[in-house]
Amino acid sequence: MAYLDHAATTPMLPEAVGAMTAQLAVTGNASSLHAAGRWARRTVEEAREMLAESLGARPSEVVFTAGGTEADNLAVKGLYWARRDADPRRTRVLASPVEHHAVLDAVHWLGEHEGATVEYLPVDSYGRVHPAALREAIERDPSDVAMATVMWANNEIGTVMPVRELADVAGEFGVPLHADAVQAFGQLDVDFAASGLAAMTVSGHKIGGPYGIGALLLGREYTPVPVLHGGGQERHVRSGTLDAPAIAAFAVAGRIAAERREWFAREIGGLRDDLVAAVRAAVPEAVLGGDPSPAGRLPANAHFTFPGCEGDSLLLLLDAQGIECSTGSACTAGVAQPSHVVLATGTDPDLARGTLRFSFGHTSTADDVAAVAEAIGPAVERARTAGLV
Amino acid sequence: MTETPRRLRVLAAMSGGVDSAVAAARAAEAGHDVTGVHLALSANPQSFRTGARGCCTIEDSRDARRAADVIGIPFYVWDLAERFREDVVEDFVAEYEAGRTPNPCLRCNEKIKFAALLDKALALGFDAVATGHYATVVVNEDGSRELHRASDMAKDQSYVLGVLDERQLAHAMFPLGDTLTTKDEIRAEAERRGLAVAKKPDSHDICFIADGDTQGFLANRLGGKAEGDILDESGTKLGTHDGAFGFTIGQRKGLRIGHPAPDGKPRYVLDISPVNNTVTVGPAEALDVTSLTAIKPRWCGTPPAGSGTYTAQLRAHGGETPVTAELVDGSELRVTFTEPVRGVAPGQAIVLYDGTRVVGSATIATTARAAATAV
Repeated sequence: MAYLDHAATTPMLPEAVGAMTAQLAVTGNASSLHAAGRWARRTVEEAREMLAESLGARPSEVVFTAGGTEADNLAVKGLYWARRDADPRRTRVLASPVEHHAVLDAVHWLGEHEGATVEYLPVDSYGRVHPAALREAIERDPSDVAMATVMWANNEIGTVMPVRELADVAGEFGVPLHADAVQAFGQLDVDFAASGLAAMTVSGHKIGGPYGIGALLLGREYTPVPVLHGGGQERHVRSGTLDAPAIAAFAVAGRIAAERREWFAREIGGLRDDLVAAVRAAVPEAVLGGDPSPAGRLPANAHFTFPGCEGDSLLLLLDAQGIECSTGSACTAGVAQPSHVVLATGTDPDLARGTLRFSFGHTSTADDVAAVAEAIGPAVERARTAGLV
Repeated sequence: MTETPRRLRVLAAMSGGVDSAVAAARAAEAGHDVTGVHLALSANPQSFRTGARGCCTIEDSRDARRAADVIGIPFYVWDLAERFREDVVEDFVAEYEAGRTPNPCLRCNEKIKFAALLDKALALGFDAVATGHYATVVVNEDGSRELHRASDMAKDQSYVLGVLDERQLAHAMFPLGDTLTTKDEIRAEAERRGLAVAKKPDSHDICFIADGDTQGFLANRLGGKAEGDILDESGTKLGTHDGAFGFTIGQRKGLRIGHPAPDGKPRYVLDISPVNNTVTVGPAEALDVTSLTAIKPRWCGTPPAGSGTYTAQLRAHGGETPVTAELVDGSELRVTFTEPVRGVAPGQAIVLYDGTRVVGSATIATTARAAATAV
């Protein structure tokens, strides 16, 4: 079995499993004042410090959420509401068109229900937002921009955004910039303080931690309007009893991901390079999506378009041979749609149906690459015969 | 003679209903390498409709996926909405508009399940498409195949498969056809296999008409038609209608003719003429059809030579009737009924049987009546 869908989720690290299971047997609400509560709070706060250190942030800047989607929603909606409340003219939201649906649909919802004017920033053929494009958009009227959101690295095609430069532009005009760093954490040097971002999303299960835990890194001067109201935990920004076992495991996974980042970029990036070379050798007409230069893309990502093929057919054929990957695109009632990311890069819609994403992780091996190298040629040939029914 | 016990790569079409789920499970249990596929046949799937079900809801897709997961087979959703719209739905509407009575299930089997789906399956390396139809495939010693009625005549669905030709039949698998099973037994089997669809209600006959209201669907699609006349056999106007498409030959109810027939007996739709937008009604006897011609014949094997005697089925849930049939010029089937039959309408399919064996099918073009000849 060759599991090459780590961008969807990656196996939990044994250390994270250990940290989580140890806490599952412990009673205590981190908000309680008694001994059990104090013990749980200590666990949570130590985890917060550990995660903050792994991400170049202050512990007070870590707001735990129930995953990346919630953190994205909190950042986008919460910052929009807070900024608009402070000045009702601020209703413009700037977003890249290649965002994950957790950002894209939240932004779209603001447009539909909260009077936001949503503006999608132009991207180049690698799916990258250039700082000049952000500047142009803000400069048109700096006074009406509520917030901007541009992901750190794209989950489908792997392109890395110039986050620092984008944050500088936004900062010049006092516009808070949020970045979804779910895919970047563990693969790139993600340093919240150095980034200049107002807010940043990370998720547990993409870095070897558990499902259902994430965090919004949030600059201390920002107070987004909460999406979830309740007991006032997490700076009154995110209510809900803290999930001590998941938080502890997330922090452990985050620490290991940060420690192994250079090894990961070198070794796993090497496997990725081998896979790209093997696919190109077997299928010369395959088009690599995203930025081809190693500095410009996630080390674990390889994204291809296979002309004349349907991604679903390739998935079926590879799955039958024990190779697990993804088309990278979202589903509507289970029906594969061309990816909005691939379309945003200017790819023809028919061509965009033939995409495959291979994503590596900490358990990937050269055997995984060898399996794809052997299977991809015949699979593409067969899928092309099946055509675009 | 039964199926050769060879391990095949089988694509199981899974609608989300209990029959296709059990069919997929049986194919997998028989040792075949089975992959499930749900056909998305509507471009705008209606969300979470309950009670009734068709082929196109999110719930059906989910139910099919759940069943595949329990069986332990890979599962995919294939979008065939555009092909289905062109080949089945538009054909259905056009046939009604022309005054004929089509059967969309036959069209779907001919053009979608055993054409678009089968072709893609074969191209992807599958050997066969399996469905939850009740029918039997018999393999002869020379390797040729015959389609037969299901062992349980009450459940038999060979009529809607009568359009399959030899090539399509060669790659068809009907795991439910060769056992005597009542629907309750199939449901019990689904329950035993842990399939959550065990208690799911049966689908309507026409999957793309969600609420079963065919007339409403047609009125919506063909609405705005000019009002037309309802005539008796002599051409005398008896009343008006809102569009000839809304009628079916043999229909009795809903004619809304103000005054009764002279003989006091019920009147039935005898003929629909979309060109004149008229509907002709008359007594039951005038519905008696003695012979018909049918076009676009399709054969499950070699076309029959000369005149022969068969039994014929004229509707999905209809009985058998003895006929003499002859193929003329290879393209027109001439059928004479031993005893007159009623409720035969152009557009319907006639399927010929030799015993339990399906010989072939054709689309009824004209009918000749004992009393008068209608076209």
